[in-house]
Amino acid sequence: MGKTVAEKILSEHSNKDLKAGDIALCNVDFLMASDTTAPIAIKSFYNMGGQKVKNPDKTAFVLDHASPCPNQKIAALHTMMREFASEQNIILYDVGEGICHQLIIENGHIKAGELVLGADSHTCTYGAIGALACGVGATDLAAAMFTGKSWFKVPETIRINLHGKFPSGVYAKDLILYLIGKLGSNGATYKSVEFYGEPLEKMTLSSKLTITNMVVEMGAKNGVICDSTTGMKSDPDARFERIIDVNLSKLEAYVAAPHRVDNIKKAKDLSHVKINQGFLGSCTNGRIEDLRIAAQILKGKRIPHDVRLLITPASKKVFLQAVKEGLVETLIEAGGVFITPGCGACVGTHNGIPGDNENVISSTNRNFKGRMGNNKAFIYLASPATVAASVLKGRITDPKEL
Amino acid sequence: MKLKGKALKYGDNIDTDVIIPGKYTKTLNMKELADHVMEDLDPDFKNKLQNGDFLVAGHNFGCGSSREQAPLALKHAGVSCIIAESFARIFYRNAINIGLPLIECKIDEIKNGDILEYVVGSSKLHNLTTQKIIEVKPLPQIMTSILKEGGLVNYLKKYGCYKL
Repeated sequence: MGKTVAEKILSEHSNKDLKAGDIALCNVDFLMASDTTAPIAIKSFYNMGGQKVKNPDKTAFVLDHASPCPNQKIAALHTMMREFASEQNIILYDVGEGICHQLIIENGHIKAGELVLGADSHTCTYGAIGALACGVGATDLAAAMFTGKSWFKVPETIRINLHGKFPSGVYAKDLILYLIGKLGSNGATYKSVEFYGEPLEKMTLSSKLTITNMVVEMGAKNGVICDSTTGMKSDPDARFERIIDVNLSKLEAYVAAPHRVDNIKKAKDLSHVKINQGFLGSCTNGRIEDLRIAAQILKGKRIPHDVRLLITPASKKVFLQAVKEGLVETLIEAGGVFITPGCGACVGTHNGIPGDNENVISSTNRNFKGRMGNNKAFIYLASPATVAASVLKGRITDPKEL
Repeated sequence: MKLKGKALKYGDNIDTDVIIPGKYTKTLNMKELADHVMEDLDPDFKNKLQNGDFLVAGHNFGCGSSREQAPLALKHAGVSCIIAESFARIFYRNAINIGLPLIECKIDEIKNGDILEYVVGSSKLHNLTTQKIIEVKPLPQIMTSILKEGGLVNYLKKYGCYKL
C-alpha cells in the first residue's frame, strides 16, 4: 500500500513504517513560538527539567502578537523571552520584524519534507513549501525543545484536486473560504489535506501560503501543496479518506460572515452590509501581492470618511518593498493607516479594536465573537481585493462590481 | 481519581477565543485567566460554575487558536473535566498536557445541571441524576500516561523522555 505525504514524512522522522492511525515518536526539525505561547513554554521547559534547548539553531521565538508592546505586564513577558533566547542561543525575531509564519518562510528556516511544530495554530501555513507543519500548545512545544521529539498520530488524508483558472476578482482566499464552507469548521479535524492540480503550477507562493494557512479553520492537522515547487506527492496507490475536485473557474468572491469561519456567503449577496472598518494584513493575506491588489483597486481614490482602513504588512521586508513600490503612498492617500508588522489587530490584542456594533471586513483568518478584541463587533473575512472594494464602497462589495 | 460535579451544558463549536479572548492571554497569572473564562459566551459562567463541575458541549470544542491558556483558564476556574461530542485537535492535546481530563462521548443523555461522576481513565461516565451509564471513547495510551502524571510537565520530569 502506497503512502500519503503525511505517512511518508512521519515514517521518515520516526524510522518506522507508519500508516494512518498509528501513533509514533518523531524527531522534529524546527520549532517556533510567539509571545502568546513562548512564556508558558519557557515555564514548562524549566519545570519539566529542561536546561538546554536540544536544537537551539532550529528553534525560533517571535515577538509579534503584542508588538510593539502595549503595556507593562506584557513587557515583562517580552523581557523573559529575550533573556531566554539570549541564554539558550536560539533565534529571536524582535518587535517589528513581522508575523512569525511570514518570517519562518521568508528567512528560509525550513524546507520541503521537514517536520515542524509551532506554538501557533497557523503553523500549518508552511505546508505551502512542502513541510509537514502543525500547530501545538506551549507545553507540547516545550517538550520538543527539551527532547527534540514529539508524539504524533498519523492523520488520514483528504486530497483536493484543483482544475481551471480563477475568474477575474477571485483569488486563493476565495478558494480556501469556499472549501471551509464546503467541509465545515470540523470537516478535516485530525486530518491532513493535500492540494494537487495544474493551477498550482501558475500560482504564486503567496497565494499557496494563503491556502495552507487556513486549513486549520476546517480542523486540519496540516495542509500540503503538492506541485513541482515542493516536489511532495502521495504514492499512486495511497489511500485517501476523501477526494474533492474543485473547478476554480466556477468560484466567486466569498465572505465568511460572523461569527463562524464556515459561514460562507457570496460577497455579492452581502452588499447590504455597511462597513465601518477594513483590515488588510495577517499571516493569511498581509504579503506584498496582497498590498499590490489593494493598491491597484484604491489608486487615485479616497475611501469614505466614515470608513477606516488599517493595514499591517506581514513583515518588515514586505513593508519596505511596499514603500519602494509606492504602495504605501497609494494606500495612505486612499485613506489607509499603516501599523507595525505583527498580529495585534487580527487577534484583538491592540492596534485596531472595533467599536460596539461595528462591521469589519478583514483579510485575516478568524471571525469568532470577540476575535478582534470586542465581542460586540462583527467580523467578515474576505480576500484583499474584496476588502479594498468594500472599504471603497463603504459596504461589502464583490471586486467584480468595480 | 474520581470526579463528581454538575453539568454545565453549551453548544457546538465553542472556540478558544470565547473560552479566553486573545487580549487576556498574555499572562502567566492563572487567576487572571480564570477571571475572564467564557465571558464572551456567557458572562454568568463563573457564577454558575462550582469547583469540580463538568463542562459539557457539542461538536468541535476548542476550535481555533493553539493557546494553552484556554484549557488553563477552564482548569483554574474550577472545571474538573470537559465532555464533548468531539474536540478540536490542538485543544485536545493541550488539555491533556496540562492535566485536564477530557471525555469524548454522546451528550444527549446529559442535561444542564445533572450530577455526573467519572473515574479518570474509565470507559464509563455515570449520570447520577438519571442513573444512566454513558460509554466513553478511550484515550490513546500515551495520553492516558500523561494524564496519570497530571500532565506533560510532570510526565517528562518523571521519565525524562517520551515512553511510547
